[in-house]
Amino acid sequence: MLAYLLRRLGLALITIWAITVVTFIILQLPPGDFVDAYVASASAGGASISAAEADAMREAYGLNQPLWFQYVKWLGHIVTGDFGRSFEFGKPVIEVIGDRLWLTVLLAVGSIVVTWGLALPIGIYSAVRQYSVGDYVFTLLGFIGLAVPNFLLALIIMYFGLRWFNLSVGGLFSAEQDLAPWSWAKVYDLIWHLPVPMLILSLAGTAQLVRIMRANLLDELRRPYVMTARARGLPERKVIFRYPVRAALNPFASTIGYLLPFTVSGSVIISVVLSLPTVGPVLLRSLLSQDMLLASTIILLLGVLTVIGTLLSDLLLMWIDPRIRLGQLR
Amino acid sequence: MSEARSGSLAVENRVAVATQRQLIWWRFRKHKLAVVSAAIVGLFYVVALFADTIACTEPFDTQATRGYVPPQPIHWLDAEGHFHPQVFALKGKRDPRTFKLSYAPDPGEPRDLVLFGRGYPYRLFGIVPTDIHLLAVSDGRPQDSLFLLGTDQLGRDVFSRLVLATRTSLTIGLVGVSLSLALGVLLGGMSGLYGGAADLVIQRVIEILRSIPTIPLWMGLAAAVPASWSPQRVYFAITIIISLIGWTELARVVRGRFLALREEDFITAAVLAGASHMRIIFKHMVPSFLSHIIAAISLALPAMIISETTLSFLGLGLRPPAISWGVLLQDAQNLQTLGLAPWLLVVALPVIVVILAFNFLGDGLRDAADPYG
Repeated sequence: MLAYLLRRLGLALITIWAITVVTFIILQLPPGDFVDAYVASASAGGASISAAEADAMREAYGLNQPLWFQYVKWLGHIVTGDFGRSFEFGKPVIEVIGDRLWLTVLLAVGSIVVTWGLALPIGIYSAVRQYSVGDYVFTLLGFIGLAVPNFLLALIIMYFGLRWFNLSVGGLFSAEQDLAPWSWAKVYDLIWHLPVPMLILSLAGTAQLVRIMRANLLDELRRPYVMTARARGLPERKVIFRYPVRAALNPFASTIGYLLPFTVSGSVIISVVLSLPTVGPVLLRSLLSQDMLLASTIILLLGVLTVIGTLLSDLLLMWIDPRIRLGQLR
Repeated sequence: MSEARSGSLAVENRVAVATQRQLIWWRFRKHKLAVVSAAIVGLFYVVALFADTIACTEPFDTQATRGYVPPQPIHWLDAEGHFHPQVFALKGKRDPRTFKLSYAPDPGEPRDLVLFGRGYPYRLFGIVPTDIHLLAVSDGRPQDSLFLLGTDQLGRDVFSRLVLATRTSLTIGLVGVSLSLALGVLLGGMSGLYGGAADLVIQRVIEILRSIPTIPLWMGLAAAVPASWSPQRVYFAITIIISLIGWTELARVVRGRFLALREEDFITAAVLAGASHMRIIFKHMVPSFLSHIIAAISLALPAMIISETTLSFLGLGLRPPAISWGVLLQDAQNLQTLGLAPWLLVVALPVIVVILAFNFLGDGLRDAADPYG
């Protein structure tokens, strides 16, 4: 178990390191450097900066140093929580992101809870009542969930929400609560606005998990021990829930490893379509205006949080699965 | 009785002597949904191939006064009730109070629809200059009257743009999958064949790539594509970005097959017979997992198409004047536009249909390719 734990922890650390490298590359990708951008914005403002002055600035900021050195320096700043200033918004990156990061986490985690909450009972129902009308309906819904990209679903739901119910499904707060400081009323408002984005975000994942759960449970239900349990007169409910469901649950729980990155990815796009106050719209805006410090910070934070989330879910899995707990797996 | 028996015997013989390809085809044929899906996918690629012919109005022809014309119905019967497909020419009318120009079909001016009539000039397959279009208005210019799915804000024909977007979006999927496949087969093959350190490193890389949220990553990389690049260069840059991250699943499949096949008797036999490495891979291994690869490809294609559509929709992928499904959906991004011109959302339909069809096709192929399924 300790070996498993260390292996997971090591992999998470390597992944986080890989994310910082990728983020640094993204930071460096646009042509020109920070000084070029500064010179351009200064000359747009009427001031002029000579080439010598620009070179002096490069020297002062260490932009002449080799890339790996800049990377180490940048990493040092990141680790101490200094993410720099955003060009676009003219304030520290961390202030721009602010509450948005936690709302993103809330949305992603909430969607995963919804995904499981829906997929588990539907999967069990579809397997136990295989080929029933309900099973076909869920299978059909599942295929639609798989085939409709979630931003498209958001768009369609937004359109019909407006058309049929005259409802605007965008945003996470009503107009009067949007800029208000946090209060119970604001939390209550948030709770009312969360379900629609969560449902949209969880549909694709739910469709996948239902298929996995259904297939797993069907495999288990065909095992001889189920027949034995029935033959010995166990009530049907007990026959199903006591053993096969629990056995089928394991591969199901292990899917969180890629469900979380998938959901975080989706939340970025959905937030843009539904204009939710998460990091998604800010990421898009910063990328479009090449505000790379802000954009790379968001990409970094999303990646690191996802890795931490996955690690936590692995620990959860370890707690559920005795094979890992007792060190028989690997 | 005996007839039935000889019949089943004949079937058995047929199965016994059938090649693997025939077996796969027979099994695939039983999967009705997959067969229908294959036909649909085929149809979409035919549309992509003949996109210019099927488009009826010059897709880049803007006309500001003709913005947001609603879809024009085809009238199958003429005034006397005979079969005579026609559309009514558009008549512009200005609202005396708001001064807003609106177009309405004028029943007094019917225009006959003909198959393979003349329209705007183009080059078939980029080579043959012609002006024959599948659907055209017999007299008068099509850009005056034929808007089967309405027009967008700039007065461009949505139907023609949709048809051309189909070409871009479907080929970007193909090119992207080919790139991912090359990466996947190379790295997955190395991982499965050599094992050891190479396997360990490649597996960790795959694990890392799978645990990072891909869309923010794509967005970051795609945003770095310079704005001054030509549409063709942007097209290839986006394809490369998408496939750089999308190869992991294919690599996983290839590695799994390599690992399974390495232990097979016929591979051992080939090794003992002194066959070279390359001969074993391409003569013995590849043919036996080719069908699995094809199935994996048909499942990877829709993912590629969704990726491109998503990026372009966000304004980070292909950019106008390039036309793809994502670019078209970008026009339908806000509620005001959707309220004014709901037909712009029609682009969602081919996206959903193609992705569904590819998924069913992939499922069918995977089942058919598995001899023990």
